[in-house]
Amino acid sequence: MTAIMEVVEAPQIQGRSPFTLAMRRLRRDKVAMVSLAVIALIVLMAVFAPVFAHLTGHPPNEQYRDTGLTPDGLPRGPDGTFWLGTDDLGRDVLVRIAYGARVSLLVGVAATAITVAVGIVLGLAAGFLGGIVDTVLARLIDVVLSVPFLLVAIALVSVTGPSLTITVLVIGFFSWASVARIVRGQVLSLREREFVEAARSLGAGDTRIMFVDILPNVLAPVIVYTTLLVPVVIVTQATLSFLGLGLPPPTADWGGMINEAQAYYTTAWWFILFPGLALLITTLAFNLFGDGVRDAFDPRADRS
Amino acid sequence: MNLLDVRDLRVSFGTPDGVVRAVRGLSFSVDRGRTLAVVGESGSGKSVATQTITGLTRGAEVSGSARFDGTELLGADPATLRRLRGARIGMIFQDPLSSLHPQYRIGWQIVEMIRAHQPQTSRQAARRRAADLLTLVGIPRAAERIDDYPHQFSGGMRQRVMIAMAMALDPDLLIADEPTTALDVTVQAQVLSVMRKLQQEFGTAIILITHDLGVVAELADEVIVMYAGSVMERAPRRDLFYRNHHPYTQGLLASLPSQTGRRLTPIPGSPPSLINPPRGCPFAARCPHVFDRCRAVAPPLVEVYGDTRHQSACWLGDGEAVAA
Amino acid sequence: MTPLLRIEDVHKEFPTQRREVVHAVDGVSLEVRRGETLGLVGETGCGKSTLARCIARLYDVTSGSVWFDGHDITSSSRRELRALRRSVQVIFQDPYGSLNPRRRVGSIIGDPFAIHGIAAGPERKKKVQELMELVGLNPEHYNRFPAEFSGGQRQRIGVARALALRPKLVICDEPVSALDVSIQAQIINLLADLQHEFDLTYVFISHDLSVVRHVSDRIAVMYLGKIVEVAPTEELFGQTRHPYTRALLSALPVADPDTADSREQIILAGDIPSAVGPPTGCRFHTRCPKAGAVCGSSEPPLEPVLDDGPEHRTACFFPLTIGENLSAAVLKAS
Repeated sequence: MTAIMEVVEAPQIQGRSPFTLAMRRLRRDKVAMVSLAVIALIVLMAVFAPVFAHLTGHPPNEQYRDTGLTPDGLPRGPDGTFWLGTDDLGRDVLVRIAYGARVSLLVGVAATAITVAVGIVLGLAAGFLGGIVDTVLARLIDVVLSVPFLLVAIALVSVTGPSLTITVLVIGFFSWASVARIVRGQVLSLREREFVEAARSLGAGDTRIMFVDILPNVLAPVIVYTTLLVPVVIVTQATLSFLGLGLPPPTADWGGMINEAQAYYTTAWWFILFPGLALLITTLAFNLFGDGVRDAFDPRADRS
Repeated sequence: MNLLDVRDLRVSFGTPDGVVRAVRGLSFSVDRGRTLAVVGESGSGKSVATQTITGLTRGAEVSGSARFDGTELLGADPATLRRLRGARIGMIFQDPLSSLHPQYRIGWQIVEMIRAHQPQTSRQAARRRAADLLTLVGIPRAAERIDDYPHQFSGGMRQRVMIAMAMALDPDLLIADEPTTALDVTVQAQVLSVMRKLQQEFGTAIILITHDLGVVAELADEVIVMYAGSVMERAPRRDLFYRNHHPYTQGLLASLPSQTGRRLTPIPGSPPSLINPPRGCPFAARCPHVFDRCRAVAPPLVEVYGDTRHQSACWLGDGEAVAA
Repeated sequence: MTPLLRIEDVHKEFPTQRREVVHAVDGVSLEVRRGETLGLVGETGCGKSTLARCIARLYDVTSGSVWFDGHDITSSSRRELRALRRSVQVIFQDPYGSLNPRRRVGSIIGDPFAIHGIAAGPERKKKVQELMELVGLNPEHYNRFPAEFSGGQRQRIGVARALALRPKLVICDEPVSALDVSIQAQIINLLADLQHEFDLTYVFISHDLSVVRHVSDRIAVMYLGKIVEVAPTEELFGQTRHPYTRALLSALPVADPDTADSREQIILAGDIPSAVGPPTGCRFHTRCPKAGAVCGSSEPPLEPVLDDGPEHRTACFFPLTIGENLSAAVLKAS
């Protein structure tokens, strides 16, 4: 046996990492894959929003007071010119939905990224360092989670004025705490696992244990939480916009459109329906995809 | 007629990696007052089989038959199974903490159990019975402890509470799935002696599922050895230890630590995957006596040593097996 | 020759959340000789695993001293401990829990080299693959993840990692308890072969007396943080002195119907008391069929009793004589 091994260069058997296995499970999940395709379409729509404007010949903020409104001054229903109708100012709803997708996705991704980055760092620090660091951070998490989000958001925006940056920061500031809490909980239980004790018994130091042994095991739950956080952030952004705390007009965004359409729901159903549908489909797609990711990363599958 | 008669039971589960054939043609029967031990290592299908019989496996594909005192259990409606479970079939599991509700007093749980099956029993009568049962299974000061919560008991005491609960309605059959695996040896000895005592008193039939051949030697009348979802050997207790036939049974016994400190003889390799079980004998890949036929065709379970009670699923003749 | 390891009057206490103190190890003195296997048996909560972690210096002891190879390592600095880690290694119980599920096997076994900066790159890989072969793993599986191995193979990975730095002392903490019988025998044989090949000294911890009996030269029996009896293996079984040892032996199920039917069975009353407020005097007196008044008030020393030699020490005021029937005492007591 030994002799053979020495002659033949040991061939490489590539192991299947838990991550690879999860991805494979995910690829086999039809619902998740359809959701992913929908998300891809929405991303394409956002990226190519100017193409919509070009095809229809309607820039997003152009008001068609003659062709886009009825003689009574009401929005026009869907027809050959305005495929999804017009809004109260005679603007093309389809083009504005496409541009609105840019805002939703940008805020969704940016705020989530900030949230997750801050959450991981603080959660790791709290869970692993323990002691006074943990006490301070844990209390901070509790405080942030108990602040009434909307009230503070309204107060803040009334001071600074609405902008994209403020929206992202407000959402990020109020969401990192839940990520940090998850990471901290994971680290606390991982720290007691036998493989960490094993690393210690080999002489590994704290830094090595934190980054080599603990961090990779925290990532799976964070990935799951992240995919489920994106739709929450998108809805939050729409909520802020709906309340007039989003982007300053005339920038198109879904929450703002739904807000403007409120007064017209009896006379112009398309005005409220299509932005609402866009929001619903996007969040649904992210949620279903997130469920798929969670099932794929299910820690019980580690033991199979 | 036997109390429980299982014929050609097959259970499989769909998993993302493929269909797991957990039980592949299991037949056995148990009589009143007797103890049947089902032995096997992890993944042998021993627990899945009894869970299926009592209707506790969900999402499994099941075929075969299991007649309990004339009633077919496989495919029976949930209401019938619920009536049987608890009242006529008692069950205890490895982890008593997960089977007892943490928020209710144990006495209350036993009383509810009794009254769910016998609504005519008064609360007071049920409570008296609960106290008697707890005394019977050896819980000191049972009358006081009846109002304790599960977490107030130690592991061994909890397992006794589980036994008391399982025996509350004087079932005909007790299914004990690794009842002492989580317990220390001195506590295990206590629990086994309680089970033995109850069986003598009530004539209960016991199916004992275990991986521990020591427990089998202590308690069983008859033994089934399972491997990779199939029965390898079935024998009366003494025959299994002293006149066994199947190479897997022999391998298990040779793997046990001996008193002499001589080198152990492990079974090489590890059990096959149940997703694509081998075509022939499941043990072929690890068997020291394997020959071509074993890999081609799975041997049926047939009578050996001219004893109808002793069967083995092996192509070796009686003489060859003894020589091994 | 000095023993490889010597511990003196070691205590280890843990605070509980209710501000009580668990006396996990309560004054244990012991020595481990070069090349031997010392078995450590006892039931849940007897402190055997805590004692092992004190020996490996994964825990700081509350009081007492630990000597390794003639040096006092009780309060070694971090740097001294790093050096010690090369000589003292641990094989853990849970082959699932003790391997990081998100790392490749090659890098897990290579950890000791990486941590101590011994070998890197192709040289490390070569060493790791040699280790894999040594413990009976296929070196081609270098890049696999723990989940792709069976329980027995995972335990081999744990063994390979522990042996990487050629330690002198290996602490085996229930190394086969989570394994099926047929696999358990493979690992026991592997450990025996490696001990022979590399002159290893083992402290072998298990709740399973039959396993401990098979592997050990000497056995120490623990109960509630204390050693109640220590003796060469055959003497412990042949001339059992402590009633607890006897009860433990008799409770062990034997895979032999004739023995099971004929032997004396001692069923102890009650449960193991809590280590928070352990009984006074002899810890075992609350369950002991032979206990007298003195057992509750003063603590028996661990020393040779009756005509035993210095190798066989028992902490009991009323040790069993050979052939004495303990079950009679049990009946009388109940």
